[in-house]
Amino acid sequence: MSECRTESRLEKVMRAGHLGVTSECGPPRGSDPAEVREKGALIKDHVDAVNVTDNQTAMTRMSSLAACVHLKLEGIEPVLQMVTRDRNRVALQSDILGAASFDINNMLCLSGDHQSFGDCAQGQNVHDLDSMQLVQTARHMRDEGKFLGGADIKRPPKMFVGAAANPFADPFEIRIPRLAKKIACGAEFIQTQCIYNIDKFKEWMKRAVDRGLTEKAFIMAGMTPMKSVGMAKYMKNKVPGMDVPEEIIKRLAGVDKKAQAQEGIDICVEHIQQLKEVEGVAGFHIMAIEWEEKVPEIVERSGLYPRPEV
Amino acid sequence: MIIAEKKPIEEIIEEVKDFDRILVLGCNECVTVCEAGGKKEVEVLASALRMYFITQGKEKTIGERTLERQCDHEYLEEIRGNIDDYDAVISLACGVGVQFCAEKYLEMPLLPGVNTVCLGANEDRGLWTERCQACGTCVLARTGGICPVSRCAKRVLNGPCGGSTGGKCEISKDTDCAWQLIVDRLKALDKMDDYEKVAPIKDWSTDRAGGPRTVTREDVKI
Repeated sequence: MSECRTESRLEKVMRAGHLGVTSECGPPRGSDPAEVREKGALIKDHVDAVNVTDNQTAMTRMSSLAACVHLKLEGIEPVLQMVTRDRNRVALQSDILGAASFDINNMLCLSGDHQSFGDCAQGQNVHDLDSMQLVQTARHMRDEGKFLGGADIKRPPKMFVGAAANPFADPFEIRIPRLAKKIACGAEFIQTQCIYNIDKFKEWMKRAVDRGLTEKAFIMAGMTPMKSVGMAKYMKNKVPGMDVPEEIIKRLAGVDKKAQAQEGIDICVEHIQQLKEVEGVAGFHIMAIEWEEKVPEIVERSGLYPRPEV
Repeated sequence: MIIAEKKPIEEIIEEVKDFDRILVLGCNECVTVCEAGGKKEVEVLASALRMYFITQGKEKTIGERTLERQCDHEYLEEIRGNIDDYDAVISLACGVGVQFCAEKYLEMPLLPGVNTVCLGANEDRGLWTERCQACGTCVLARTGGICPVSRCAKRVLNGPCGGSTGGKCEISKDTDCAWQLIVDRLKALDKMDDYEKVAPIKDWSTDRAGGPRTVTREDVKI
């Protein structure tokens, strides 16, 4: 793809033709920055950038932007996740500028889980923009150097702008049109929902390639290792839009309880190795939820280490 | 129409217990159709209040009246002659009617007897569901006639979000995913190409964000 548009390390890695690797860090339910730094230190050398979630599952946490700054000060490249649930267009643009002032170079645009899942179920939601319109906004601010209101921005933000995609959600027939729409809005990288159904993902990926979408955006495959058969069943039955094939559950259930976590890591590594060969896959987004210490092992065993210098 | 539901009797009693002469005022429009505040509900509430106050050993006058509309000067004027017979009015109209009545009778305590819920339809016997949030700029032409503003829990204009599962919304298995309905309609209309048209950032100034809304029509003014 064409030359870099931002100073994002993630963008440089993928535009140079390497598989990108990102991971995820959930900010704490408190104000102690040590927890953010510790999580960052566990994965720092094994990833190109670290997503920082934005009040995920609508539970109130340290702000994504503040946690991104803590990582940035540790020399780690953050991906600022922004949901449209909690802020209107004034606040979203303002936070994009705030992030850019710390030279945070990546953002991921999401709608966010409904507030009824979190600790403020009686709160309002905002959704002044939706996730696609947030992508448009970030690109407009960067490429046109203008606010939505039309005025010029002094030192426009230089964000590498991403969006999420779920290859498995309903309705299935709009999975590719929806991806196309996000990319048409200006998404430059896509991080997918956790992939367990490899065949279905390959089918989705093939359709994305056929439509030329992988020429326009980097698609990073989302991977989450299972810690136990219980987690696999929970993901299958309780998490909206998750596709966990029965064979994964059977495989985890087939080993001793103490060995299930390692089996989960093994499955994750095998999946990454398979998906590395799939046309159009530009990288991996490894979401080891509250299990960050396992990311280095997964990255190393998947042949994604050392990370390229760019 | 405007959908409302009855307030719990305990809440109404708490609000009116210190008044001696109470008028229960129904409305013959939307709240009659959704069976929350018409003539029938006026009778039921008035009877319930009488019984309650009798058991409390209190003597109260509970009047009943149902107007054609409470959101119209003409009909509200009908009670001007005897409104002074009461110390308080429980209006079973929607929030519009309660307020219009309060504006007209400045010194009369006005209490709502229903909670106004939404703009909706009578989907089935005993089931009323939301269809519109009066955002002031209708997008239905672009969404197959299904409204993402009122029927999507996130008001997503380019949906669905990642929470759509089996045609249902992430907030409840009883709630249809608006974007599933939109996609189904676009397919039925053979207009799936429209799905990929990006809905622009919405002007919410015509929604509640812009403050109280008014419609002025010079051509119908007297």
